[in-house]
Amino acid sequence: MTVLVIAEHDNVELKDPTLNTVTAAAKIDSDIHVLVAGSSCRSVADAAAAVGGVTKVMVVDDPAYEHHLAENMAPLLVSFASNYAAILAPADTFGKDFMPRAAALADVAQISEIQEVVSPDTFVRPIYAGNAFATVQSDDDTKFITVRTTAFAAAETSGGSGLVEEASATGNLGISTFIGTEVSKNERPELTSARVVVSGGRGMQSGDNFYLIENVADKLGAAVGASRAAVDAGYVPNDYQVGQTGKIVAPELYVAVGISGAIQHLAGMKDSKVIVAINKDEEAPIFQVADFGLVADLFEALPQLEKELEKIGN
Amino acid sequence: MKVLVAVKRVIDYNVKVRVKADQSGVETANVKMSMNPFDEIGVEEAIRLHEAGKAEEVIAVSLGPQQCQETIRTALAMGADRGIHVKTDDELQPLAVAKLLKAVIEVEKPGLVILGKQAIDDDSNQTGQMVAALLGWPQATFASELEIDNDSARITREVDDGLETIDIKVPCVMTTDLRLNEPRYASLPNIMKAKKKPIDEKTPEELGVNIAPRLKTLMVTEPPGREAGIKVESVAELVDKLHNDAGVI
Repeated sequence: MTVLVIAEHDNVELKDPTLNTVTAAAKIDSDIHVLVAGSSCRSVADAAAAVGGVTKVMVVDDPAYEHHLAENMAPLLVSFASNYAAILAPADTFGKDFMPRAAALADVAQISEIQEVVSPDTFVRPIYAGNAFATVQSDDDTKFITVRTTAFAAAETSGGSGLVEEASATGNLGISTFIGTEVSKNERPELTSARVVVSGGRGMQSGDNFYLIENVADKLGAAVGASRAAVDAGYVPNDYQVGQTGKIVAPELYVAVGISGAIQHLAGMKDSKVIVAINKDEEAPIFQVADFGLVADLFEALPQLEKELEKIGN
Repeated sequence: MKVLVAVKRVIDYNVKVRVKADQSGVETANVKMSMNPFDEIGVEEAIRLHEAGKAEEVIAVSLGPQQCQETIRTALAMGADRGIHVKTDDELQPLAVAKLLKAVIEVEKPGLVILGKQAIDDDSNQTGQMVAALLGWPQATFASELEIDNDSARITREVDDGLETIDIKVPCVMTTDLRLNEPRYASLPNIMKAKKKPIDEKTPEELGVNIAPRLKTLMVTEPPGREAGIKVESVAELVDKLHNDAGVI
């Protein structure tokens, strides 16, 4: 039976997490449909139709879905549910908001943040901040699934030849209204898809010192992240947070600076390919997961790092 | 209005969990338990609404075994007025919790229901959204700021690329994110006072909810360990290793 992926988008562009979700969906069934719910979002539908493996795209173009308010998204998803073996969305703040609402309306137990598809009804998901993996089985006719995007490769953005069809809206419940967004201004790559991430922790001592991290990140074309301690201390905004309750990242290179390595932070980055830790406390738990550890004062090490990177042409 | 806060008893966030040898779950015997940190934020927000004269009563609800009453007592010591304990020793999954909470909410009729955005044990991040769905109420997940009156709430949400603000009608469900507030510690006199505050006991049967688990956990395993690597002596050596050995820069 067919599977349905909910496209993440801003009404103009298809967002990357959709591509990883398509890959996860393909492990359940090869007949993959994508739902694009938005307002004046035809360009997104065309992009989704081109994604490798996608056989059909349904567009629901209605102002009720412009900002993906969960109250309106959930009944829409439920209206499609009976045709599908599974409905999948990325496990980020986009998918996490409306998927459980839709699942409950359909009286289905959602399977959150899967990292592996064992079989079409059995999945592996992290629990306890990734300190244990649970293998769970669902016998619901339509499964509602959110996907840990770092655990699945991105599907190709071309090669697909999905048919684009219009589908019906389920209306505006009128109980919620979008007021506005404040998007963090950032010229850097997105944290969750960056090849390199440089993160700072409590050791940075203040938000003003984050320029040291930013300078190194600029040399590496990296995204900038932070530990929960740094966010709690107000050094940087919450959307920098890497960890169990923040963003999950798995870049080629993760550089943790002045981060002790609390369980909840490790949960967000320990699948990175290469981990570097710079910390003046040689007992810091971060060194237990680091491929390369440097015991040093970050206020000396970061400027040096910037210079050394220049030397090799970064 | 009344404010109802859900509080979950979980393994303390500082404890390193161990998977049981028979792969049936994680070890919970003789492990320190405490209130889910996001629920503490929820209790704090409710108490602040009470102190600001916007909430007339704060009710803390917990679901699970007898020991959940300790978690409710913690909420009462922080300043909640009374507790409700839905008692069961059976496994509770988010959908069942949402159904039980709905049953409690239909009796109590709060204007605002607050839950943590996720519990740090199963990391599901579902219950608040499910409660809102079952009640047909609007929801605001991952809240970092709340302004509320009797008709509507303006809530700022932590989303992946920044902050989003929405207006939702009251009654509504809100789930907390980290920056909503900093929870207080209960003072000793308040801990003593909390012992006298009432906790109502109910059962899933009394509430007419079928709590049978819907997802079957086949096994729980240890994640593959990550080996510690090497220590380098200098920044130059670090860059050399990353450039020449690891090839990542």
